Amino acid sequence: MTIQEIQEEIVDEFDMFDDWMQRYEYMIELGKSLPLIKEKYKTDTNIIKGCQSKVWVHAEMKNDKVAFTADSDAIITKGIIAILIRVFSGQHPTDIIEANTDFIDKIGLKEHLSPTRANGLVSMIKQLKLYAIAYQTQLN
Amino acid sequence: MLDVQNIREDFPILKRQVNGKPLVYFDNAATSQTPQTVIDAIVDYYSNYNANIHRGVHTLSQEATDAYEIARKKVQEHFSAKHSHEIILTSGTTHSINIVATGFTNLLSKGDEIIVSALEHHSNIVPWQMLCERTGAILKVIPMNEEGELLMDVYDQLLSNKTKLVFTNHISNALGTINPIEEIIKKAHNAGAAVLIDGAQACPHVKPDVQALDVDFYVASAHKLCGPTGVGLLYGKEEWLNKLPPYQGGGEMIDEVTFEKTTYAGLPHKFEAGTPNICGGIAFGVALDYMNSIGFDAIAAYENELLEYGTQKLLEIEGLKIYGTSKNKTSVISFNIDHIHPYDIGSIIDKLGIAVRTGHHCAQPIMDFYKIPGTIRASFSFYNTKEEIDSLVEAVKKAKMMLA
Repeated sequence: MTIQEIQEEIVDEFDMFDDWMQRYEYMIELGKSLPLIKEKYKTDTNIIKGCQSKVWVHAEMKNDKVAFTADSDAIITKGIIAILIRVFSGQHPTDIIEANTDFIDKIGLKEHLSPTRANGLVSMIKQLKLYAIAYQTQLN
Repeated sequence: MLDVQNIREDFPILKRQVNGKPLVYFDNAATSQTPQTVIDAIVDYYSNYNANIHRGVHTLSQEATDAYEIARKKVQEHFSAKHSHEIILTSGTTHSINIVATGFTNLLSKGDEIIVSALEHHSNIVPWQMLCERTGAILKVIPMNEEGELLMDVYDQLLSNKTKLVFTNHISNALGTINPIEEIIKKAHNAGAAVLIDGAQACPHVKPDVQALDVDFYVASAHKLCGPTGVGLLYGKEEWLNKLPPYQGGGEMIDEVTFEKTTYAGLPHKFEAGTPNICGGIAFGVALDYMNSIGFDAIAAYENELLEYGTQKLLEIEGLKIYGTSKNKTSVISFNIDHIHPYDIGSIIDKLGIAVRTGHHCAQPIMDFYKIPGTIRASFSFYNTKEEIDSLVEAVKKAKMMLA
């Protein structure tokens, strides 16, 4: 599936919920089911700065696609990461770089995009795109 | 007795809804809310006599200057300073601390020592580290115990004739501990050191008497005292303020300027370069009037009641641990539940209309001491109610259930 298609799928899933509580409960579930990053990648250099909670991201190239794994010490943050990984992991670097992230607004998580929230969603997206840029340079 | 229902009427923001729920504002240690009388003073200033001060001969300028200087007088009276020129109006606590820290650059030599407490906010650590880098002075830290109290016997050992400056907050922002500043000041003076006390967290709860304390410098911010942001004070004993060089160059702080030499203005203008926050200063004075009309004894008694009630109710939640358990503390409760991240709880209870602070509260060394990423901090003010504490407890229970 393309990034766009996955985003639409996620928006459809979140549309089923009536209120914020259900959305949060779903995110908590997603957070719990997030495949964890390997312990050896939970290093200080993989920490994304500017988050109230700790977030680690690891990226590697597999067949010209970027594979992301990540973890956080806060469960809601982990849920957000799970969503981002579903969108971006296994995609071509160019597609990741060009993707827009409007869907976060559409699924009612806009408040997590606010920089004052300091949960690092913005820095997280930036970091995923930076990895993609680095890998794209390698491909060229 | 304090009539909290009547008091709440003074604060328009308390009628607000957040996420469809009535606002419960428990982030008072970050900033306090603003009563109508202070809002009116701000509107009145810009509507009727907005002008630059200490310069113009015209009527508006005179009115604004008078109002600003009346505000300084009010601050002087509130803090029981000997002279009004010992009150420097600044942009806030951080600015005030930096005036002193920068001013000490030429007063310290290599090997001199500065003592700070382990309970400090980042803004209270960094200026001293910078001062040490500039001068070669050494920073020493008074450690704390599990309850969040300073170890005074270690303080005794740290003090020596090398100690030039002692710095601590009056009340800790992260834990609410009230520090024994009388003792800290007296002992520092015996060792020949000057003392700067950060009263940012104390001033909403107590009315410090700087002369009785015999403190050399005392700093605070208006916005934690029902005043506006961007204004605060530096109190300094006259002899100390005369000793320190100006912090910034600019208008107002000069006496005479030629290209060869500038002579500086006297106190307090020496430290007030540029056009100050005139409106903020005036509104600060009005905020102090407001707080004093309620009375600090009544405020302290009521907030203590809220603290006891909140502590008891929160501790009924299984797995909840409170950080900062000194008998001497203000109405601040810093807590965590089991291993749930404070950010998760904060995010959910925000959805329920409850404003608390989560995170390390800019006091990372304290969090490192407890080996936690941060806490949830609920801080109560005199306009909060027990019913609001009940809402907090219910919200925390709900968050705990969702996150378990």
